[in-house]
Amino acid sequence: MSEHGVDADFEVDESRRRFLTGSMVVVGGVGVAMGAVPFMSSFQPSARARAVGAPVEVDISKVEPGQRIIETWRGKPVWVVRRTPEMLAALNETADLTDPDSEASKQPEYAANQVRSIKPEYLVLVGVCTHLGCSPTFVPKTAGAEAGLGNEWRGGFFCPCHGSRFDLAGRVAKGSPAPLNLEVPPYKYLSDTMILIGEDQGAAA
Amino acid sequence: MKRLIAIVVCCWAGVALASSGGSALHPAGNSLSDTASLQRGARTFVNYCLSCHSAQYMRYNRMAEDLGLTEDMVVDNMLFTDKKVGDTMTVAMRGSDASQWFGNAPPDLSVVARARGTDWLYSFLTGFYADPKKPTGVNNIIFADTAMPHVLWELQGVQKMVTRFEETEEGEEHEVFDHFELATPGIQSELEYQRTVRDLVNFLEYMGEPAKLKRYHIGMWVLVYLVIFTLAAYLLKKEFWRDVH
Amino acid sequence: MNAVVKGLTDLRDWIDERFPLSEFYHSQLTGYYAPKNFNFWYFFGVLSLLVFVIQILTGIWLVMNYKPDAAMAFGSVEYIMRDVEWGWLIRYMHSTGASAFFIVVYLHMFRGMLYGSYKKPRELLWLLGVVVYLALMGEAFMGYLLPWGQMSFWGAQVITSLFGAVPVIGPDLAEWIRGDYVISDITLNRFFSFHVIALPLLLCGLVGLHLVALRQTGSNNPDGIEIKKNKGPDGKPLDGIPFHPYYTVKDLVGVGVFLILFFAVVFFGPEMGGYFLEHNNFIPANPLVTPEHIAPVWYFTPYYSILRAVPPMFGSQFPGVIAMGLAVVLFFFLPWLDRSVVKSIRYRGVWYKSALAVFVVSFLILGFLGTQPVTDLYTLLARIFSVTYFLFFLAMPWYTSIDKTKPVPERVTH
Repeated sequence: MSEHGVDADFEVDESRRRFLTGSMVVVGGVGVAMGAVPFMSSFQPSARARAVGAPVEVDISKVEPGQRIIETWRGKPVWVVRRTPEMLAALNETADLTDPDSEASKQPEYAANQVRSIKPEYLVLVGVCTHLGCSPTFVPKTAGAEAGLGNEWRGGFFCPCHGSRFDLAGRVAKGSPAPLNLEVPPYKYLSDTMILIGEDQGAAA
Repeated sequence: MKRLIAIVVCCWAGVALASSGGSALHPAGNSLSDTASLQRGARTFVNYCLSCHSAQYMRYNRMAEDLGLTEDMVVDNMLFTDKKVGDTMTVAMRGSDASQWFGNAPPDLSVVARARGTDWLYSFLTGFYADPKKPTGVNNIIFADTAMPHVLWELQGVQKMVTRFEETEEGEEHEVFDHFELATPGIQSELEYQRTVRDLVNFLEYMGEPAKLKRYHIGMWVLVYLVIFTLAAYLLKKEFWRDVH
Repeated sequence: MNAVVKGLTDLRDWIDERFPLSEFYHSQLTGYYAPKNFNFWYFFGVLSLLVFVIQILTGIWLVMNYKPDAAMAFGSVEYIMRDVEWGWLIRYMHSTGASAFFIVVYLHMFRGMLYGSYKKPRELLWLLGVVVYLALMGEAFMGYLLPWGQMSFWGAQVITSLFGAVPVIGPDLAEWIRGDYVISDITLNRFFSFHVIALPLLLCGLVGLHLVALRQTGSNNPDGIEIKKNKGPDGKPLDGIPFHPYYTVKDLVGVGVFLILFFAVVFFGPEMGGYFLEHNNFIPANPLVTPEHIAPVWYFTPYYSILRAVPPMFGSQFPGVIAMGLAVVLFFFLPWLDRSVVKSIRYRGVWYKSALAVFVVSFLILGFLGTQPVTDLYTLLARIFSVTYFLFFLAMPWYTSIDKTKPVPERVTH
């Protein structure tokens, strides 16, 4: 410390200087971190996005047996399929499925059963392929051959992007690039004919 | 330096003087921290204002959250159409219809308190008086020839303007406003009506900036932090500058 | 621990072989000598830089949710204020930052005038600074249109109409600037482009040049003595101290105090009584209705007063426009208008001290008058103070050469 304009003839208390510098760094660091919070938080879905993504009510009374309807929830397609007894019976064949009991897949507790739904008749699925986010097409059993899926096709969903196959409970077939079964969203029955997608018994999911 | 400060102070005083003079607005006297008042104001707003005026930037669920209401309370008591609780307070009336009915479209009220100020709104809403020359039957002391009818008349009743004569400096007599007189009483007493309007204006102020109360709370902590920051910087500076002679 | 230190040292050496990192650190911070006698006024340079950073940062975030569309702009600002998490804070920081920018820049410029920082050898530094100021005015003016409120609209309408006062080409020029017959969606879009891309880029470059020029000449100081004239045997200025750590830690204190004031406004009074955020700007732009009283934002009001003070001549507003432009442009000529042999106010005579005081008073009063509606008295006052404003510059060669200056000491006083 013998530079010009600066002369420290006295003993410089280096430990005090280090302590104060350290304190400043800590205080400043805390400030920068706190200052970053508003900027980072502003990336979260806004009130508008949350309002648009609010739970949707779906009237299922008009869905014919064997038919599928498409709704939108949080900008994603959500399917409701009214399954016939034959369709439900076909779900017993599980030999060619990757995850027949949906152990690794995403669904609410009340849909973690073989038919993956609250009431077996109505299947509710998020129509987004678990592979890379395309939306699979609904291919009933009768249309299987025409769609090039062979005569063995039991009815289900086929993803046009990379050929993943799912059965009528959204369970993925072995050999598909998709790793998991299709997601079941949280939903609940408001009445026998109305379901609310996006919210179950508790708070909004 | 001292002279400079004196000049700055003088200028501020000038600004303050200039902005305080003139209008005869009544202070609204509302308080954003009075949640009960905000809730009453919200009810008045939804019942009386929202049929013609929109508040297209205000969401029902945000209001519920900030005013300590549950979403169910809002859905049951304030949502009359097929609206969802996350929607904003729009009205069904189309702007063109409104223009035909009222002469001009009722303005959106989301930020009206920021444009007009609470005192103006309070004076406006207490300042309707009977005027048979107007199509609405009323005029307003603050906003002459307003196209807005006196929506709250059943609460306030109908008041008449009492004038007196005053001489100008040139010696000419002219008529000026003296006071209001209640011609037909309303459901509410004068004090009750003033409270109703104060609550409504309170709600309008809240709606102008829903984050306002939050801003005060966070602001305190930010300033506390910055004082610590400055103190740490000051001690550091003092220590290093012991070298400099 | 030692391994970490060694690792970092190796990394530094690796970089230094490829990029002059340590060299830059040394030449700009530890090896850059600044006069040791800076006072309070010398905070405003670094504070200008701080506000610039705040504006850039908050601006980037605002653009993420703002919509430059006449039908959506006003609503998108309210969307930011309500629906975007913390959007209100980011917006208030930006709106307060705009005013704070002018406050610190005006004080920074005033510092230059107090201590003669524009005088030789810092003429170019000063000129670059004035260009920054001009760019900043453009940036602020265009930014003010974006909220698309009544004041945004009519302020822009009035200012673009000024170009219409230019003889012959005026009306075409005004339309060319607006891209329409009035301020419209087209104008909003081009102002948005300038405000978020062109001018910030320009400002970054200009501020960089301003700093390069500063490093070349070194800072002036309250005594107006060139510290480079008194060097020790090691070639370092005797009255200088390394910028780092001495001025970095000192500037931190200034930054702290500034941020306290800044955030006090942001959190407790972002409207600043209608001066930072004007009440009428909470009414969406309406091309059919002009607000009763329109005035520019406070930082433009001194010039606006000068504009209004000049009476129309030959049926044209042009002289007023010229006067207003001249009021800004005259700052460029300060280095050559000032004939004094000393720099600092400390050693100037009574003439310059009085002239500067009159100038400051004129500037403040003109600023106040610009916010007020026109009355006969105010017009008279605006004329008087416009004259004194110009006299400060135009009479400067005369009064600075007859001024009785005091002898300047050899070394800086502390």
